Amino acid sequence: MEVLIYLVPMALGLGLLGLIGFLWSLKSGQYDDLEGAAWRAIMDDDVHEIAEDGGR
Amino acid sequence: MSDTRDLSHFVRHIEGGVARIDLAVEGMACAGCMSKIERGLSTLPSITRARANLTNRRVAVEWNEGAIDPVRVLERLSELGFHAYPFDPGGAEAAEEQETKFLLRCLAVAAFATMNIMLLSISVWSGNMSDITPEQRDFFHGLSALIALPAAAYAGQPFFRSAIRALMARNLNMDVPITLGVLLALGMSVLETLHHASQAYFDSAMMLLTFLLAGRSLDQNMRRRTRAVAGNLAALKAETAIKLAANGDLREVPIASVQPGDIVLVRSGERIAVDGVVVEGASEIDQSLVTGETTRATVGKGTLVYAGTMNGYGTLRVRVEASAEATFLDDVTRLLEKAVEARSRYLRLADRAARLYAPLVHVTALSTLVGWLVAGATWHDATVAAIAVLIITCPCALGLAIPAVQIVASGELFRAGVLLNAGDAVERLADVDTVLFDKTGTLTLPESEVINAADVPSDVLEIAGRLALASSHPLAAAVARAANAQSPLAGAVEEPGQGVRGVNDGVEVVLGRPSFCGAECEAEALAASDPEASAIAFIRGGERHIFAVRQRLRSDAAAVVDRSQKLGLAVEILSGDRAAAVEHVGRMLNLKHWHAGMTPANKIAYIAELRAEGRNVLMVGDGLNDAPSLAAADASMSPVTAAHVTQTAADAVFLGDRLSPVTEAVAIARKAKRVMRENLCFAIVYNIIAVPIAILGFATPLVAAVAMSGSSILVTLNALRVKGGRSPV
Repeated sequence: MEVLIYLVPMALGLGLLGLIGFLWSLKSGQYDDLEGAAWRAIMDDDVHEIAEDGGR
Repeated sequence: MSDTRDLSHFVRHIEGGVARIDLAVEGMACAGCMSKIERGLSTLPSITRARANLTNRRVAVEWNEGAIDPVRVLERLSELGFHAYPFDPGGAEAAEEQETKFLLRCLAVAAFATMNIMLLSISVWSGNMSDITPEQRDFFHGLSALIALPAAAYAGQPFFRSAIRALMARNLNMDVPITLGVLLALGMSVLETLHHASQAYFDSAMMLLTFLLAGRSLDQNMRRRTRAVAGNLAALKAETAIKLAANGDLREVPIASVQPGDIVLVRSGERIAVDGVVVEGASEIDQSLVTGETTRATVGKGTLVYAGTMNGYGTLRVRVEASAEATFLDDVTRLLEKAVEARSRYLRLADRAARLYAPLVHVTALSTLVGWLVAGATWHDATVAAIAVLIITCPCALGLAIPAVQIVASGELFRAGVLLNAGDAVERLADVDTVLFDKTGTLTLPESEVINAADVPSDVLEIAGRLALASSHPLAAAVARAANAQSPLAGAVEEPGQGVRGVNDGVEVVLGRPSFCGAECEAEALAASDPEASAIAFIRGGERHIFAVRQRLRSDAAAVVDRSQKLGLAVEILSGDRAAAVEHVGRMLNLKHWHAGMTPANKIAYIAELRAEGRNVLMVGDGLNDAPSLAAADASMSPVTAAHVTQTAADAVFLGDRLSPVTEAVAIARKAKRVMRENLCFAIVYNIIAVPIAILGFATPLVAAVAMSGSSILVTLNALRVKGGRSPV
């Protein structure tokens, strides 16, 4: 069971990574506009631009 | 003399030579609008960033300092079909934003800690049943302590601070037992770990913090959302004034940057935006928004005018006075302060519960400790039992029960077009049994309308409307609106204060005061039949017509009065207007109880009288004269068109031309309060079951975890019942 000595801290480290990720996303304003962000994901602005350039 | 718009008050200068302006945008309702705005703005040269926020309907625009006039941004937006209004960020809203983020960070830390400690705890619990070695258990407990202690120190801050504040003020609030419970549980668990015990309460302490923080963030989110909408409304009202600069230039500036002593120009048909003294010009003003009186007042040099009144035919120059110097406002302000002071502070349900609950928890925990010691238990066992009582009684359900109901209720109110100003408004609205309506601007619409448009031949109405467009008088504007006139009659001449004269198809046409058109008899006949209406005469050759212009009742006023009575509410009218006008409305709405000619002090006295009879009064009003009575009533609402001071004094603001949000708000509030009570009852039942278990010493960490999460989920689910199922108006 000695394997726990490094497995458990590793699990904690991964969790901590998630926490840091959340705190970073909060700080960079990703939770400021929840409604808008939902739509931005499916907006196809880039597709229009390519079409206007004549390419596909 | 140039007339430019000055937005410098709203532009913020950030590092690196970049300027930024925040705009509230009307009509941005979908994702398409969002990308249209962003793309449209980025075609402007030198705009470095344009970011739309769909949640609070705002756009942030950044550009290189001095490269573009922000007015150009507004113009570009209106080309795209959106009305944008500059918005003054900072102040209360920025602080709220900080608080929201802080609570979210705390919640994230607490949730992370709970999850990981739970992972370790469950291993210990199942290990205790099977084959865990003492070394492994100590290792798990040690790790738990390593996670829990720093996490609690960070995530517990909101509670610790509030508890210390309460204790300093020699008070007990809910945060005192929470803080005590968390600290004792952690302290004891550390000791237990050091003594190689088989149980530790790290998970209970962290889970408690997580659930409570979830409740707090919900509460905070609701408040922030309400504030953002209120901020947008303030910006949308676009309170600007035309200021006369020292060099004779006219500049449109936001009200916030107008100083006492400045001279402000008010053109005919505009709303006066400041309090002050007329220094030049003469006119007639409509003070109905301020005093509730529908008769127009004549103003000239030296007259005091108040913000919110509508200027009639003449152009005025007004010297801005500090509002305290203006007598009427001074009166209102004084009464308002008194009313706010005198309002017996309503004790929120949660606070009332906390007041009973906190001492009870402490006494129970203490008597558990003493009881076990007397019964011969060791200090250790007695302390463990006492701390278990503290943890299990900690108001997890309470902390979540009321915020959860409040957020669901405020979401429902939001959908009904009601914005809450005060957090406890829902509870106060629920208790109301009498509704007092102001007349002008509340039961009626604030804008005047031609009420007999259907009786006038359509060709006459059309010409009258085109003629009316040549005038800037508010009554003429009503005629123009009724006729849906688009182009003014060419060559029409306005005689200020009298009327407009023009020629159509070779026939002279005149629109104006009855005396100006020689139609006094018809006007008198109208005054006799409808005392509230103002008459406008129209002459074409020998033909004479009279337009009756007045404020019309809101379309659903009668239905709302009816529904209020069905909800068991007594309805009365409380107006500052003259008796004849109020009686007329009372008759139309089938209301026997009406009071006319009420000054702000009268209104307060009447409300105090009703409250002394033990009635709970809801005041609905919009005028500046209503502000003190709004504050004096148990609960208050005002339409979004109301004067600024009035909106601030009201508990809730409702949107739109309809009155139905008033009854709907009462119905939703009653439902919400019922669910809050249910949740409190549930918390009591929970304690009746859980506390004996804890006192007897059976509350293992596993029992605590199940009890806490189970009760929290139940009350949250119950709160969701406030949603939906609204009965039709």
